[in-house]
Amino acid sequence: MSRFLLRRAVLAALVCLTVLIMSFALTRIAGDPAMAVAGPQATAEDVALIRTAYGLDRPLPIQFFDWASAVLHGDFGRSYLFRAPVAELVRARLPVTLTLGALGIACALLIALPIGVIAALNEGRLLDRLLMGVALLGQAVPSFWLALLLIIGVGLRLQWLPIGGLDDWTGYILPAFVLSFSAIPALMRLTRSGMIEALRADYIRTARASGLSPWSIVLRHAARNAAMPVVAIAAVQLGFMLGGSIVVESVFALPGLGALAYESVTKNDFPVVQAVVLILALLYIGLTLLADLLNAVLDPRLRRA
Amino acid sequence: MRRLAGWLGAVIVGGALLAALIGPSFVQDPFAQDIMQRLHPPLWLGGDRAHWLGTDALGRDYLARLVYGTRISLLIGVAAASTSGLIGVTLGVVGGYFGGWVDDAVLFVITCRLSLPFILVALAVVSAVGSSLGVVVLTLGLLLWDRFAVVARVTTMQIRTLDYIAAARAAGASSGYILLREVLPNVAPYLAVVLTLEVALAILLEAVLSFLGLGVPPPLPSWGLMIAEGHDYMFFEPWVITIPGVALFTLVLGINLLGDGVQDWLRRG
Repeated sequence: MSRFLLRRAVLAALVCLTVLIMSFALTRIAGDPAMAVAGPQATAEDVALIRTAYGLDRPLPIQFFDWASAVLHGDFGRSYLFRAPVAELVRARLPVTLTLGALGIACALLIALPIGVIAALNEGRLLDRLLMGVALLGQAVPSFWLALLLIIGVGLRLQWLPIGGLDDWTGYILPAFVLSFSAIPALMRLTRSGMIEALRADYIRTARASGLSPWSIVLRHAARNAAMPVVAIAAVQLGFMLGGSIVVESVFALPGLGALAYESVTKNDFPVVQAVVLILALLYIGLTLLADLLNAVLDPRLRRA
Repeated sequence: MRRLAGWLGAVIVGGALLAALIGPSFVQDPFAQDIMQRLHPPLWLGGDRAHWLGTDALGRDYLARLVYGTRISLLIGVAAASTSGLIGVTLGVVGGYFGGWVDDAVLFVITCRLSLPFILVALAVVSAVGSSLGVVVLTLGLLLWDRFAVVARVTTMQIRTLDYIAAARAAGASSGYILLREVLPNVAPYLAVVLTLEVALAILLEAVLSFLGLGVPPPLPSWGLMIAEGHDYMFFEPWVITIPGVALFTLVLGINLLGDGVQDWLRRG
């Protein structure tokens, strides 16, 4: 177990370092950041002044180490656009995105788990095929388009929910549903196949033979075993969702990290883009590490890998 | 029933290919603006036969833009998935075949790629380099190879231990020969299924990027861009976003159904 943990932790640390380098490199592929800060109307002297002021005239490796060591101390530099420390901007926006992600994954599990179990219990029958067909349809729906349709239908026509912004908690409902949508088909299939496998296992036959009620067999024995890998995958899906928040937050005008990143990308605010890429990547790395640990704890066979 | 779904997918994809290849010669000019004819409704909402699917906010024929959009979606989907296939399959086959530290390195690269927030990185790259068809294809291609690599790696690992590989090795074949002539043809069927999934994903992501204004540049008629352009009018004229959205949904569904059909067909042998 400790060997597995060590291997996994070393890998995560190496990936973190690579992501750090990549998010630094990302903002340099465009060429000169000083030009971007100065804007199209700036003279050559303005650009030179900015280059010195931001330390952009130093060798790249030195710029990287300066930036990386500052990041390790929680200092992501200053936003060109907002004229404020990036860390402050991120701290203000992160809770919205995390709440959205948590609600999104909760919603996905609430929908996918029961449907997956029902499909498995009816394996091969009409209901199973119908549910799987709906999953296939759902997979093809572009989430940004679904968001717009919900804004028109539920927000404008029915006036049940706000069409954007975050005046109170109801502002989270539509965005969280849209975010969960993309994860539902995968989680549903995984639940179904896990459940089918679990129902065929010997311990279920034993449970049946010992006269347990069908409900108790399904819920207490089969579902518990089938749900474990699903929960671990859900951690990874949450990572993808946080990355996907950029689209949903832009459409619903939620003041989260994704919307901040989108605004920064369109306005060349490199320090913010850098910070958000890094934070989303670190969250993903942490979540996959958590998923691996969960799997190892739940399934002792994996620990020797 | 499953076989029927596969055929339905083939019909949708075939129809889209036909529309992309010869459709444009049957419709109007998708770039011609006519400000007097703006936001004409489609036929079933009281429009006239001059514009079957209506016109957009600049008076351009919606049907023509939709048909041209098929070309752009398919072009980007196939080109991006081919690029990512080349990268992913190379990585996966090499890692799976050689194992050891090579495989560790491949796994590491896959993990790094997966941890990058895809849409944000794609947006940042396109915004930095400037948007064009080529940039969108390359950006998607360079970022979407993870599933190819994972599937190629796992299937190669299974094939590596089979007798005919050992026989080729015993006969003195080089690693390069074995990879190209023995491993790749046997991995290919599994990759065909991944290819359909990736084409569909690339088409969806192109639409997302274009919708966010950092994909295909206007005035090119991309479906994502059509939805973005319709965004301002959707409260009064919902069909401006419904029509390109339904096209996108149908094409992606068709490709996924076709992929499922191919998978079933392979399984039956």
